[in-house]
Amino acid sequence: MHLDHTDTIHPERHSASAARPDGSRRALRVGLGGPVGSGKTATVAALCRTLRDRLSLAVVTNDIYTREDAAFLLREAVLPPERITAVETGACPHTAIRDDISANLEAVEDLEEDIGPLDVVLVESGGDNLTATFSKGLVDVQIFVIDVAGGDDIPRKGGPGVTTADLLVVNKTDLAPYVGSDLAGMARDAQEQRGELPVLFQSLRGEPGVGPVADWVREQLSAWTATAVLPA
Amino acid sequence: MSVATLLLLADGRFPAGGHAHSGGVEAAVRAGRVQDAASLEEFCRSRLHTAGLTSAALASAAAAGHDPLALDEAADARTPSPALRRTARRLGRQLMRAARATWPDPELDALAAARPKGAHQPVVLGLVARSAGLGPLEAAHAAAYESVGGAATAAVRLLGLDPLDATAVLARLAAETDEVARQAEAASSKAVEDLPAASAPLLEITAEQHATWSVRLFAS
Repeated sequence: MHLDHTDTIHPERHSASAARPDGSRRALRVGLGGPVGSGKTATVAALCRTLRDRLSLAVVTNDIYTREDAAFLLREAVLPPERITAVETGACPHTAIRDDISANLEAVEDLEEDIGPLDVVLVESGGDNLTATFSKGLVDVQIFVIDVAGGDDIPRKGGPGVTTADLLVVNKTDLAPYVGSDLAGMARDAQEQRGELPVLFQSLRGEPGVGPVADWVREQLSAWTATAVLPA
Repeated sequence: MSVATLLLLADGRFPAGGHAHSGGVEAAVRAGRVQDAASLEEFCRSRLHTAGLTSAALASAAAAGHDPLALDEAADARTPSPALRRTARRLGRQLMRAARATWPDPELDALAAARPKGAHQPVVLGLVARSAGLGPLEAAHAAAYESVGGAATAAVRLLGLDPLDATAVLARLAAETDEVARQAEAASSKAVEDLPAASAPLLEITAEQHATWSVRLFAS
């Protein structure tokens, strides 16, 4: 027996198969990406508070060089500590969510093995640039979070995150009057870039809060539960 | 033996988790021991002839068909630092995941089942090489090269070192890297307890310190 033996058994998988080793359906995996400071961690915290009473949740954070995001979620006690895991990314957050997803997959699978059946795992990227997107091998759906104070030209600039994410969240709408951001223009630009893909405007400081994004996550979960194919 | 297969396995872009690890360079940079291309070269040379040789011999022995579980215990015995053992197992598990998708093989499945939290990465690397149709020498080449390649890349990110200078360091070490691989392969037919056990105590000590840092770029 090797020195650091553990009795816990974690059957290995190498694909994004919908089935867990025991044949049951795994949790829906939701990625949250976006630039530094746009409110990804605050959105994750708000989603946990809103969804945790009805759903079994867990969170994986990808901090760039600290454990700040995981520490914030722990301090805020949005979930019990065993439901929050931090992945270290070697100074390249986009690599860990897109090009080499092995550490994140392990974190997600270990959470599910250790805690038992989960409904949703939120995978939060470290703050990155506008080109960062999640691999489809890691998450089922992804949310891209930008904010009005980061410049109201971001939707017009497009890029993979803004253009292709399953949901675009424009955060901190309460700040728009103070930074001179044109919300109607952002909505117009976003629709032009995204076509039919949805965009939600959010302020966590007031109404409507995280409600619409939480509703979107519930819809994704319903769709996942209805359609995720399990091996016969 | 397919050269392209060896290149694929040794490619830093092979998605097996290595990008998040510095091979001890982050701690060496903080301590001021690595600060430019010249000191990076000395660091890499030391790493190559100690941890690199030991890893290459384990990989070579696994590729030659030694019992991977016995080699895994041998790797434990050659890795005093618990932090480095954790790192080696984590990277072994990540490599195993990538390899089972790229070169499916019952031997890999068996080791994954026996070590669900991961076997030591060099042992997995050797078994993966075997599954990919490579021999003990090729496995040793992959392990020896990897023992310095990741460190050089990390130094670029940590120091803002000119990437051309860092790459030139690896080029200057090429002949020595090949020689270490040959030594490892020559030793790989020995009994497990007689495999090379060269170690770098400072790498072990600083790995323990690094594991306690609250702010760091790399996982190890």
